[in-house]
Amino acid sequence: MTLATILAQAADGALTETGQWVANVFFYVMAAVAIAAGLKMVTTANVVHAALYLLVVLSAVAGTYVILGAEFAAVTQVLVYLGAIMVLLLFGVMLTRAKLGTDDDLDHEQRWIGALVAAAMFAVMSYSVIEAFGTEELPLTQQPQTTQQVADEIFSTYIVPFEALSVLLLAALIGAVVVARRD
Amino acid sequence: MFLNQFLLLAAALFCIGVYGVLARRNGVLVLMSIELILNSVNINLVAFGAYHGDVSGQVFALFIIGVAAAEVGVGLAIVLLIYRNRRSIDVAEANLLKG
Amino acid sequence: MFAVEEFTGEVVVYSSWFYDNVWLIPALPAASFLIILLFGKRLPYKGAEVGITAVLAAFGLALLTTFTWIADIETDGGAESHSEEAMAASGPELAVEAEDGKEGLKFSRGAPVINEVEWFGIGTDANRVTLGAEEGAAAADGDADDHGEGFGGGFSIPIGTLVDGQSVMLLFVVTFISSLVHIYSTDYVHGDRRFTHYYAFLSLFTASMLFMVLSSSTIQLIVGWELVGVCSFALIGHWWEEKPNSDAALKAFLTNRVGDIGLLVGMTILYFAAGRTFSIPEINEAAVAGDIGQGTLLISSLCLMAAVMSKSGQFILHTWLPDAMAGPTPVSALIHAATMVVAGVYLIGRLYPVFYEGFGIAGGSINAMAFIGGLTTVGGGLLAFVQRDIKKVLAYSTVSQLGYMVLALGVGAYTAGMFHLFTHAFFKACLFLGAGSVSHACHHSFDMKADMGGLRTYMPKTFWTFIIGTAALAGIPPLAGFWSKDEILVGTGAFPGTDGNGTFTIPFIFGLITAALTAAYMTRCVWLTFFGEYRGHAHPHESGPRITVPLIILAVMAVWVGFLNMPTAFVESVGLGSGWAHKFEDWVEPEGVATFVGGANGFTHAKPSLLLAIVATGLGLAAGLIVWRYYTALYAKDPKATEYSDGLASRNSLAAAGHRVLEQKYYLDHLYTDVVAGGTKGPLARAAYWFNQNVLDGVVNAAGYVSTLVGRFVYRYIDQGVVDRAVNVSGQSASESGRFLRRIQTGQVREYASLMFGAAAVLAAVFIFAF
Repeated sequence: MTLATILAQAADGALTETGQWVANVFFYVMAAVAIAAGLKMVTTANVVHAALYLLVVLSAVAGTYVILGAEFAAVTQVLVYLGAIMVLLLFGVMLTRAKLGTDDDLDHEQRWIGALVAAAMFAVMSYSVIEAFGTEELPLTQQPQTTQQVADEIFSTYIVPFEALSVLLLAALIGAVVVARRD
Repeated sequence: MFLNQFLLLAAALFCIGVYGVLARRNGVLVLMSIELILNSVNINLVAFGAYHGDVSGQVFALFIIGVAAAEVGVGLAIVLLIYRNRRSIDVAEANLLKG
Repeated sequence: MFAVEEFTGEVVVYSSWFYDNVWLIPALPAASFLIILLFGKRLPYKGAEVGITAVLAAFGLALLTTFTWIADIETDGGAESHSEEAMAASGPELAVEAEDGKEGLKFSRGAPVINEVEWFGIGTDANRVTLGAEEGAAAADGDADDHGEGFGGGFSIPIGTLVDGQSVMLLFVVTFISSLVHIYSTDYVHGDRRFTHYYAFLSLFTASMLFMVLSSSTIQLIVGWELVGVCSFALIGHWWEEKPNSDAALKAFLTNRVGDIGLLVGMTILYFAAGRTFSIPEINEAAVAGDIGQGTLLISSLCLMAAVMSKSGQFILHTWLPDAMAGPTPVSALIHAATMVVAGVYLIGRLYPVFYEGFGIAGGSINAMAFIGGLTTVGGGLLAFVQRDIKKVLAYSTVSQLGYMVLALGVGAYTAGMFHLFTHAFFKACLFLGAGSVSHACHHSFDMKADMGGLRTYMPKTFWTFIIGTAALAGIPPLAGFWSKDEILVGTGAFPGTDGNGTFTIPFIFGLITAALTAAYMTRCVWLTFFGEYRGHAHPHESGPRITVPLIILAVMAVWVGFLNMPTAFVESVGLGSGWAHKFEDWVEPEGVATFVGGANGFTHAKPSLLLAIVATGLGLAAGLIVWRYYTALYAKDPKATEYSDGLASRNSLAAAGHRVLEQKYYLDHLYTDVVAGGTKGPLARAAYWFNQNVLDGVVNAAGYVSTLVGRFVYRYIDQGVVDRAVNVSGQSASESGRFLRRIQTGQVREYASLMFGAAAVLAAVFIFAF
């Protein structure tokens, strides 16, 4: 069974037992990639490498969306994050003339505080998540959420937030121009 | 599949992002870490959407992607401004809030 | 679904195109705001024409609505059915049994006309599974009828209009005053650097007030209330380049925030107490029917009272109001006559059953509302005495008169309070606009002592309209203020033979004192401004027609509106038909309001007393005469003087102390800035400093001290090289620990973020493990 058929099955909603097993494996691979790349991203001494690791994390997250049957979100993730936001971040790296090679000065001396805080948060979060949801299974028999459903929901129930979001983007555009403009 | 495996992945990514925000000096890297945090929230939303069979989770994930785009735009503008004023984007040097 | 609809069949709910489309009245100025904002600067008159057209159109609609309402009331029985017998006769049929067997609000006439749509709902959408399947199904069954009850925490917020006597009256007043202010402003702020901005906000101000007046739900009322606050902030700080002006705007805004907390808390309590409803009629009904406990009503009334105190400038939150004089004068007229400050009084009227039951007004002798009103009316009147600034005199006078209105509502004289609001709007607007005209002539100064005097010969129109406004304010018969003030005094029920709702002796005495005070300080103000000799250096001249015509219109109104609510006995004694009596009461007070507040405790209308009218007027005249004599004697001595240099205040230490207290505005501003703000700020800073000095430095010092001890110990037993090293290391560790403890104050965003995330983790852990 190829990954493509698994994904096709996941998109159709009904997963066979093997399919579930493969999807699980696929998820764990994605999760491992995401976490490993994420850790590299926050520890690497090269700014451009960090951006590339972020790219990997975001792709892996898009993969988990596919497993969850949220194909439209996955596609948007690829288009917006990998396409637009990454380019923006790389522009940021370029415009601020970051050192292109290795730079030992990227981390703060007291990064152990950050590590401590992050570890504490992870402990609390994972404890509460396990406590709350234990072994709840994802219902995989139901129909996946199609793009049409998403569109219906956005343009009916969530039309006002949607419009607000477009205004926010406009405001951010203007704000970015105003803030970054030379005058 | 368990709901928890997605939630735990999200929690891990979130904490990695928090670590990045706290440990990095470079403004652009801080922004990248914030993107990581936003993404982990998105995983939660999509996972809960799938769990409840409700498409709203995905809708809000999409909204967050849009908000993230706005956030990166403004954030980078601010970083550029700091760079132009101080010739450095070390967030540790931006300490005008010092009391 | 709504309170009124349940009574169809028993109660006539008027219908008219004007009631259904009353939303147009606020919508017109709101649209004008947008147009002026977007295109104002390109229009030939910089946006003023749009504002004036919109407000005049709104006024036209309000006028037609008012006439329709009056016609409906008159055809529905008018004054005749007001007699007790008619009420008693028609009573049984009107006693409506609501579904749950409790008595609801009874309206024989003037029931509110409500048009509502759902604004938004949370958790009421039956199609979405938000709270579990069975609840969703239940909602699908109940469908549209889930208004208020909701399910499992869901609720819907309606938006709509509520037309009854009270809102119609305010619609008329607000649009009327606002139209005149719009016209007046074309001359007054002519050539101002933010002329267009000014008109935009004037329109928005009017629109928000109208929106608030028409609210049918408490949420809408809060939204309107806040909108009014925001607009007043923008308009008071219109000339924000000068620091005092922007300070005044901030002060107004922040003081109002204090009360808003009360508003939110009170409304929330009422929402739950009245069975999860935002609908104003439903809340009133619940209060009347006794569905809400007395204690709950008292607490929510007290919370709402805080909101009233801040918005309507009641003691002790009135301090923003005189400072708000920093705005352009027409705005002051609008704020103080028709819009902002009456919002609080309007709120009391709107939820009157809640206050009435909550404070136990029936049969009482004193309550928080009457007392605050009484205190405000006297305190404001006294403060008006020591002002040099003509607008501040009027501002404190407004504080005082608002106190009168609150006092009236506090003693159960609902109609009297509303009537005073109505008459006060006209003469106070007249006075404010008159003050603006005066300052227009005197190089934009408001200082009565330095730049005015003897203006009556230069500007006769302004003078005469100002005199009429003053006489109306002072309660000189037969002008408007006399009738409303008399009704309030009678309404306290403290004067023998007036039969009020209780015997409110203290508020009555406060009211009488104010009657004298008002006449006195207004006489002083008029004398300083218009009599004596001109003391300024400008060349005073009469203002143009765009200023004087509104003044004349307002003066005419100030003369006759009092006749709208003459007591029956008076009307009969002068030989008019009884149809002339208490028209205002018929129109504004829903006939239900008599039974408004539950049968047995329903409030009565006090009987007017000729003797009381004579006493009150006599007191006012006497006080005015004394002040007049003082100034004429002064004039005979020195035409340019404004006060005796060796007056009472300089000879008598007690009087001097009193004068100083008044000049310092009872030290309330000091109380707020120095004691409250400074009191919290100072000790906090000192505590932080102390902590820094004693604890942090102590730790550092102790560490250093300990290390020195250790160093000595080492010195004594180990050789010199080791000692040196030990001292260095210990010193380093001391400074390291010191630096670590001071980290909190480094200004590093990263560290603040660590603290935030760390604290979030700790708090989350606390919540998880503790609960």
